[in-house]
Amino acid sequence: MTTAAAPIRAKQRPGDRVFSKSAVFAGSMILVTLAAVATFLIVQSIPAFVADSEDASILDSNFWAYVGPLVFGTIWAAALALLIALPISIGIALFISHYAPRRLASVLGYIVDLLAAVPSVVFGLWGIGVLAPAVQPIYTWLVDNLGWFPLFAGPVSGTGRTILTAALVLAVMIIPIITAISREVFLQTPVLHEEAALALGATRWEMIRTAVLPFGRPGIISAAVLGLGRALGETMAVAMVLSATGAITFQLLTSVNPSTIAANIALSFPEAYGINVNVLIATGLILFIVTFAVNAIARWIVARRAEFSGAN
Amino acid sequence: MSKRIEVRDLNVYYSKFLAVEGVSLEIEPRSVTAFIGPSGCGKSTFLRTLNRMHEVIPGARVEGEVLIDGNNLYDPEVDPVLVRRQVGMVFQRPNPFPTMSIKENVLAGVKLNNKRISKSDADALVEQSLQGANLWNEVKDRLDRPGSGLSGGQQQRLCIARAIAVSPEVILMDEPCSALDPISTLAIEDLIEELKQDYTIVIVTHNMQQASRVSDKTAFFNIAGTGKPGKLIEYDETTTIFSNPSEKATEDYVSGRFG
Repeated sequence: MTTAAAPIRAKQRPGDRVFSKSAVFAGSMILVTLAAVATFLIVQSIPAFVADSEDASILDSNFWAYVGPLVFGTIWAAALALLIALPISIGIALFISHYAPRRLASVLGYIVDLLAAVPSVVFGLWGIGVLAPAVQPIYTWLVDNLGWFPLFAGPVSGTGRTILTAALVLAVMIIPIITAISREVFLQTPVLHEEAALALGATRWEMIRTAVLPFGRPGIISAAVLGLGRALGETMAVAMVLSATGAITFQLLTSVNPSTIAANIALSFPEAYGINVNVLIATGLILFIVTFAVNAIARWIVARRAEFSGAN
Repeated sequence: MSKRIEVRDLNVYYSKFLAVEGVSLEIEPRSVTAFIGPSGCGKSTFLRTLNRMHEVIPGARVEGEVLIDGNNLYDPEVDPVLVRRQVGMVFQRPNPFPTMSIKENVLAGVKLNNKRISKSDADALVEQSLQGANLWNEVKDRLDRPGSGLSGGQQQRLCIARAIAVSPEVILMDEPCSALDPISTLAIEDLIEELKQDYTIVIVTHNMQQASRVSDKTAFFNIAGTGKPGKLIEYDETTTIFSNPSEKATEDYVSGRFG
């Protein structure tokens, strides 16, 4: 019998241990925070789910009838904003990454980042003071000439503070974040792939279409989701700009507009009492779920074509 | 399909830096020409001027003429995009488009040329190009799989298939085997031998055995020192370059005495 050799152990250095522990701590903090928020929302929401108009004065019948138009308004406004912002953002990002001379590109990059730092209340003021009066004549023209198209049906809003104006303000607010992320992704397109396209006789636009955009697709989707998340949760600007009535309607230009969850909470909370507070918190829970679902869908879209992503 | 290349007094600049100086040579159609020389001697730079790919780098420009069947590539009226459609290129590292399937990769160049192509024509072209690149038998059952899933050598042959799918007149290869193992290298060299029947091929290589195996003529480039321009030292039949070169520098290089 020979004695077994002592197992060789790697020496644990204090730096390793500190780093690994702090990384685990930081990672778990995310989960703890999320769990705390979710618990708060769920616990506070339970009374609202069973409440009727006798318990809570802001309910007409029950909670679901109350939150329905708000969910619709939230998604509708955010989707419109994304629809407006995404093409513009990709255009700006491509201009900065592949068209502009280097000096102009860096200046533009700074300006875009600066736009992201403007507080939402300022965008709200701009929306009421400048944008709404400016677009109102355009809305009138649209209703007069294209009123047969369901989205542009009249009667036109006299103030211009419609869901479309709110969506425009939201679009301006999410353009910086979508642009900044898309730009970073486009800049990381491997030169090899760009040259492959050019060597096949691609023009610059064709090169972007064959090499840059497909490579950047997951990044564009992530950017769009972050932008959409911001638009879904945006409070002040919508609360200030939109003159909401709470109806479910796709019409963009009338004075009948759905409100959004976040704006509704901000506007109703100061006067809320009793179960009404729980109702508002419950709408917050719904917003949380909607945002979560949007993220999940985006991840699914990205994962669906993972083997074509170039990561393997 | 294949054409004759004539280069007259070509200087290549990166902004103010003269990278390649005074190159003149003639390349016969349906031949393989190898460019050899130490790193940094400008052979890749020169290769890229043959399809104006050097212009991708800001500040790069040339003086002189490159004639393909008598037409100057650098005529002000010539669109570099059209030049590249006639003169295909294969790069040092295999670069199939990662977001495309094998089939889409082969068709990428054809789609760029804004041609509407019927499904049966497309299938025929894919098969013909992959056959031409000796890859068909290995991938015919997985044409819809991503091109990035192939081995390095297969990817490089996919890139060759992509290049020949647009029926260019000339194919430039910039060290096409330097990232490949010996067996894949052999496959590419055999392929070059076959492609020679139809195309004019110019290949840059660091591997002198490769140059002597595949090429009909060889051009030796050298550089006098760092910061000096690269020059064409000698251009002759490959057998002459490797057995009986007229320049001392060429002999030193091919016999392994430097570089």
